[in-house]
Amino acid sequence: MKQIADWALNVVMQRGTSYVDLRIVDDRSRALATKNGKIGSASVSESLGVGIRVLADGAWGFSASDDLSRAAVEATAARALEIAKASARVKQHDVQLAPEKPVTAEWTSTYKIDPFTTSVEQNLDLLLKIDSELRSVAGVTLAETNMQFRREEQWYFSSDGANIHQTKFVTGAGYTALAFAGTEIQKRSYPNSFGGQYQNRGYELVEELKLVENARRIGEEAVALLKADKCPEGKFDIILDSSQLGLQIHESVGHPIELDRVLGMEANFAGTSFLTLDKLRKLRYGSDLVNVVADAREQHGPGLGTFAYDDEGVPAQCTPIITNGLFTGYLTSRETAHTIGENRSGGTLRAENWNRLPIIRMTNISILPGEKPLSLEQLIASTDHGILMDTNKSWSIDDKRYNFQFGCEMGWEIKGGKRARMLKNPSYSGITTEFWNSMDAICSRDEWTLWGTPNCGKGQPQQVMGTGHGASPARFRNISVGSAYKGT
Amino acid sequence: MLKKTQAADIFARIKKYSTADEVEALFYGGRSALTRFANNTIHQNVEDENYGVSVRTVFDGRTARATSNKLDDESLKRVVQASETLAKVQHPDPDLLPVPANGGKDNGPIPSRYFDATAAVTPEQRADAVKKIVGIAEKHKLTTAGIFSSGESVEGIFNSRGRSDWHTQTSSEVSITMLAGDSSGWQKANSPNVADIDAVTLAEIAASKAFESTNPREIPAGKYTVILEPAAVLDMAGFMFWDFGGLAILDQRSFLNNRVGTKLFGENISIWDDVAHPLQSNSPFDGEGMRRQRVQLVENGIVNRLVYARATAEKMKHSEYKDKVGPVEPTGHGFPIPNEMGEAPMNIVFGAPAEAKTIPEMISSTERGILVTRLWYIREVDPYEKILTGMTRDGTFYVEDGKIRYGVRNFRFNESLIHMLSNVEEMGTPVRASGEESFDMVVPAMKVNDFNFTEVTKF
Repeated sequence: MKQIADWALNVVMQRGTSYVDLRIVDDRSRALATKNGKIGSASVSESLGVGIRVLADGAWGFSASDDLSRAAVEATAARALEIAKASARVKQHDVQLAPEKPVTAEWTSTYKIDPFTTSVEQNLDLLLKIDSELRSVAGVTLAETNMQFRREEQWYFSSDGANIHQTKFVTGAGYTALAFAGTEIQKRSYPNSFGGQYQNRGYELVEELKLVENARRIGEEAVALLKADKCPEGKFDIILDSSQLGLQIHESVGHPIELDRVLGMEANFAGTSFLTLDKLRKLRYGSDLVNVVADAREQHGPGLGTFAYDDEGVPAQCTPIITNGLFTGYLTSRETAHTIGENRSGGTLRAENWNRLPIIRMTNISILPGEKPLSLEQLIASTDHGILMDTNKSWSIDDKRYNFQFGCEMGWEIKGGKRARMLKNPSYSGITTEFWNSMDAICSRDEWTLWGTPNCGKGQPQQVMGTGHGASPARFRNISVGSAYKGT
Repeated sequence: MLKKTQAADIFARIKKYSTADEVEALFYGGRSALTRFANNTIHQNVEDENYGVSVRTVFDGRTARATSNKLDDESLKRVVQASETLAKVQHPDPDLLPVPANGGKDNGPIPSRYFDATAAVTPEQRADAVKKIVGIAEKHKLTTAGIFSSGESVEGIFNSRGRSDWHTQTSSEVSITMLAGDSSGWQKANSPNVADIDAVTLAEIAASKAFESTNPREIPAGKYTVILEPAAVLDMAGFMFWDFGGLAILDQRSFLNNRVGTKLFGENISIWDDVAHPLQSNSPFDGEGMRRQRVQLVENGIVNRLVYARATAEKMKHSEYKDKVGPVEPTGHGFPIPNEMGEAPMNIVFGAPAEAKTIPEMISSTERGILVTRLWYIREVDPYEKILTGMTRDGTFYVEDGKIRYGVRNFRFNESLIHMLSNVEEMGTPVRASGEESFDMVVPAMKVNDFNFTEVTKF
């Protein structure tokens, strides 16, 4: 791979380029799914190619090719340079890169069982067993399961001398039961919606998820929701389960702290951010209990945002984002760090694959658990009247990340510290900072889970990226509930 | 670009390497380029080229797929073997049909969607167009962000029963956001032919929306008459077409469960799926190589019929729903096999109204309402009533006594698509439109009564 890199670097560095880096990525995946007792899909795929990023005349160019022959790599590098020079026709200032010491490094994500060594028969047997459990519940009209593995091997080289080889395994699995009756479709998912749980781990994740053990309960809950009372409308104290809180963090903390958004670079598509630069270290983002970090380091856990180096050779870091409620940090890159007075990138530049330009992406954006021991059951017991909401069903937030609305699959009314009745179609809405300032309790480490969001979209052309979000259940006071069905 | 003759040669090798009963190969790829600008600067500028083959093998009712972007002999052997290994461990699927020997009913050729001038667009040409857009922003003291993309792509299918088909097309797109201090405007257009894209006019319209909506006022949420520009219509409407496939009914996951044949929308709503429409794009064959048929999905508000992949049609004919879903026959809308979704209409064309109105005419006839340029972050709240939530964005205006009065802070909506399409008071001439939440369609602007805004945001 070093030779391929040298072909590219030699071509462009001879022609006045100030910086170049390239990534060669070998990406392999397995995707299996079942539906109502049958195989829904079964596929494997592989993709190999090179993406070359060139800085010339103060502007960026990027070109990528699936052809790793010398002629093609040299042509791709030359094309990236040509594109950079075209970019320089429309610029206000030259790109400035924060310095980064080049390193030579090897890293592989931690795993116990290489998922690709497990047999497809074994995978399908498990999925069909889950499917059978789900459909053993009368009233379940659609049972869907899925399992996905990915192995991404990347070689990164830069004209500064970096040489970084990283291999990452991603494993994910989950299922959904749908119940249709009359004029209503209800749904329950496990362990999370939109495909289940995903982490940078091996097959051991699948073994730990207790998938079969929970299937019948999930089927029963889907059917029970058809007869449950509708979630009331009004102001309530709410408790969010950890997976829903993970998505709340993703949408109302993770995206607004992306410095490229703040600087207007995503204004045409993903939007901008209410977190303008004047708010750094001044805005009271949340209550004193709210502590959020952006942590890509292995010690944070095997999240989808865990790595050793980002896609421009910057080591994984932990950045305090919200510290005791105060807004303290953005997600940055070598190009953007200087805009907030930093002399080093926060290490968050990542690309979907070899054919995409790396952009600022969330790493693991996690809320830290409460320091005092507090279980979910204890939190419920300390709530006089409220609504517990479980597992996301719908999610939407405006393009500056102020106003949000989330729907969940299942709710429970809490009365006198106890779960009183199941509620269907629960939803809540609010304004980001008002919401986080209303948090008055968060469960401790025992209830904390590092969730994976495998499908975060950003950029043009759009890139899908996995992000991690650690959370434990938390309570929010006096929240607007039920707006999703208001007036409909 | 990959040529059909090259693909035919590759497929011959794939067949040679395979021991399966049947083999199918899908070819995909192309070259795409995108110049991205923000803060009146080109900040990202990319191009990529990639081709691949996806091989499906079949052994006695068992099938699976393997995909690679490497087309040399060794890689082809590997991908064939991977597909076969995966297929052999599947359980036999009694619904799996043999690969088709032909593409079904031939609708004749579609309009050419490959334009040499589009394929030949250079980074310099895109930069020059961006320079003009930036010039318009600077003229109005605005900041602009957006994209100009161009490219060429190929899609092909070959199977061991002799069916083959091939489609090439070009694409170009310009999307522009203009930002003022506290307001913004947006426009977007795309076409296989770059000559159809008038970036300067789009930039001027986006700019006027930005500076005409400065100092947005907050007005209360509630039910309003709304004038939805075509991009806003398609971004909402796109959420229902996944339910117009036969498998969605068989799975009982469709909002059309027990509703096919009923009048679900207003008399003025008629919808076709028509890949041959001159304003449409995409290939004329589906994931199995069946030719896409023109299907009228909705006629004067009545949901007429669904689309079908071959296997879904067979299954539907023997199901309890067969007499309740209209005509049942393969329509050429299947996704590559195996898949869980079955099929969907992806070339939507709304019927023209008897008396088309322009957006200024819709504004003139509105006593009190909201003009919506674009919607954002739309998600489904209720799958059967098709309640969607989302936000307005980049140009939301208050209309009173037939005139645009001022820009307003953006709203959150929670609105049923069924309700929305039952309350369309006026419509424009359908145009090719493009949004961000759904696939491109041929849709009109719509004036809709009692549209349900539930909250207001802070800008």
